[in-house]
Amino acid sequence: MTNWWPPLTLVGSWLALLALLALTVTLAYLPLGSFNSAVAIVIAAIKATIVAAFFMELRDRGARLLIFAGAGLFWLGILLWLGLMDFMTRTPA
Amino acid sequence: MPKGRAFAPQYASVQHRDETAEIGMWVFLATEVLLFGGLLFAYFVYRHANPAAFAEAGRHTRIVIGTANTAILLTSSFFVACAVNALQADARRTCIAMLVSAMLLGLLFLGLKAAEYAGEYHEHLVPGVDFSYVAPLADGVELFFIFYFVATSIHAVHMVIGIAVLATLAVLLRRSASTRMRAALHSAALYWHFVDVVWIVLFALIYLPGRSGT
Repeated sequence: MTNWWPPLTLVGSWLALLALLALTVTLAYLPLGSFNSAVAIVIAAIKATIVAAFFMELRDRGARLLIFAGAGLFWLGILLWLGLMDFMTRTPA
Repeated sequence: MPKGRAFAPQYASVQHRDETAEIGMWVFLATEVLLFGGLLFAYFVYRHANPAAFAEAGRHTRIVIGTANTAILLTSSFFVACAVNALQADARRTCIAMLVSAMLLGLLFLGLKAAEYAGEYHEHLVPGVDFSYVAPLADGVELFFIFYFVATSIHAVHMVIGIAVLATLAVLLRRSASTRMRAALHSAALYWHFVDVVWIVLFALIYLPGRSGT
């Protein structure tokens, strides 16, 4: 077995992901009212970004690949934005 | 592919082939985003209509198993990223060891998920099979659990496929570590990380609502 050690960026990403998991579970128990769900979604987005940038290596890729990788999110944005527009604005919360 | 060639005739070079494979994988992942996107859309519509019921239902999920499973999947993704890196450094045996570790964590995830499903079955929280929940918000709670079972079972199917793909690569890598195998491992790793990202989102939507009692 050749002498291989995991790069510090991967180890750092992994530790940051576990720290964010601990943070989001802790914050979920604090009474923040309607901010609880916003905090949970923002932390989930940060975790997803870390996975995409470091584990999926997007931070080393050029514009063409980023456009392909972003296409899914773009379409998801259209689906949620146009789809939820009526429900969020015309029905009582 | 004819013998003795590293890449098929439609490509100009090995790099061209590998870039095509990577872009193709991201196109596939975009279709997967939309598969789960439909579920997310349904979740947000029903949560908006039943906020109190979704908070109450969220408190019935098993936060300890959910958190442990999230940590397990994040760690398995770390191992898969390490496997890709180790193969680039020609540490083939380390790469295979990393893949096997990730697969074992994937199986542990599925085992815990099965234990969780069994617990929910005993609590009569499985809509369509055995659901009895006597409370004013029972209808909204049932909607939450329909989402919970559909989303987590589709995610579990992705896990099973991912484990099978990693196992195939681990076996093939024992024989050779050609540039084709490196490209294949890279595509498989993208799939595994994507399944991890889906779980990160599901965890926030399923296990965290309602914990603060509001």
